[in-house]
Amino acid sequence: MRLLVSLLLTLCVSLAWASEATTPKLDIGKGGQCVEDTQWMRKNHMHLLKHARDDALRRGIRDEKRSLKVCIECHASTQDNSVIAREDSFCVGCHKFEAVKLDCFECHSGTRKSAWLQQRKAK
Amino acid sequence: MSDMDMNRRNFLKTSVGAAAVAIAPGMMLYSVAQGKSEGASSKVRWGMLIDTNQCKPGCNDCVTACNNENGLSGENNATNSQWIRKIEIKDISSGRELSLPMMCQHCEHPPCVDVCPTNASMKRADGIVLVDKHLCIGCRYCMMACPYKARSFVHEPLHDQNPDVPRGRGTVESCTLCVHRIDVGGKPACSEACPNKAIIFGDLNDANSEIAQKVHSVASVQIRADLRLNPGVRYQGL
Repeated sequence: MRLLVSLLLTLCVSLAWASEATTPKLDIGKGGQCVEDTQWMRKNHMHLLKHARDDALRRGIRDEKRSLKVCIECHASTQDNSVIAREDSFCVGCHKFEAVKLDCFECHSGTRKSAWLQQRKAK
Repeated sequence: MSDMDMNRRNFLKTSVGAAAVAIAPGMMLYSVAQGKSEGASSKVRWGMLIDTNQCKPGCNDCVTACNNENGLSGENNATNSQWIRKIEIKDISSGRELSLPMMCQHCEHPPCVDVCPTNASMKRADGIVLVDKHLCIGCRYCMMACPYKARSFVHEPLHDQNPDVPRGRGTVESCTLCVHRIDVGGKPACSEACPNKAIIFGDLNDANSEIAQKVHSVASVQIRADLRLNPGVRYQGL
């Protein structure tokens, strides 16, 4: 009996350790689902963003739901209003883990727009 | 009597139809101006009419407003971006002095679009000339092609951009006619900021708009009209 319990315990601990090791801990901000479920978004968000960027810039079709700005509005950290400021920020955390270069924010702002506007007012 | 009734009925029918036709274009334009799902429409031609008589020498309000809106530094070094500049000109023989703002003239046939090797330099259906920075490789051919010297190149990495106005190193940029404002029914920052209302913004194709009526009734010119680029920005009193 004791053997069985200890076996189960080690299994659980190792499983928990494994799951912790395979997923980065992210600061997801307000979070919530508005476009598709989490797993789908993990796999396909870049296609949505690329499609939306061409529509918005070249054709003037601004789909609020698929705009980078609106993504950031919910997913920016509640502490620093950013998706890129820290190692565990929403965008940076995953991209670092997957070793995929993130160059959206060389041009785009990673700050929540409402917070940015307040900052500008304060200046 | 019955004939007359018929005529009356027909008359009413056709007049209701005519009224619907008369209202429909106005409604269309309104929905296009909001620009949400339909996007930019080729029925619209955004433009500006600048009254140089109202433009005060020394006043820099339009430039300041542009810099604030689009996050430009406002410095005048060789490597700083300028989307709009104030220009003072003097006719030597008469001594008449003029002051006017110069920016991207949003040509109908833009040379910057012709020369772009990656299709980054583009004209939207409603006449706004933009740089698609996702495609821009920073070759600067468009800067050489532009007869108005309207474009700038971003030399240094930028931080803390306006969320509505993405800008980045290695790409060319210029006046966007504040497209982010236009798409939500607003007007460009320079036009809004001018204390003398010298910059009128509007749809040149809409006969009822202030700009179209003024272009129709007062003398205005396009700068370097000889190049036949048909700019969307026109100047009055030049």
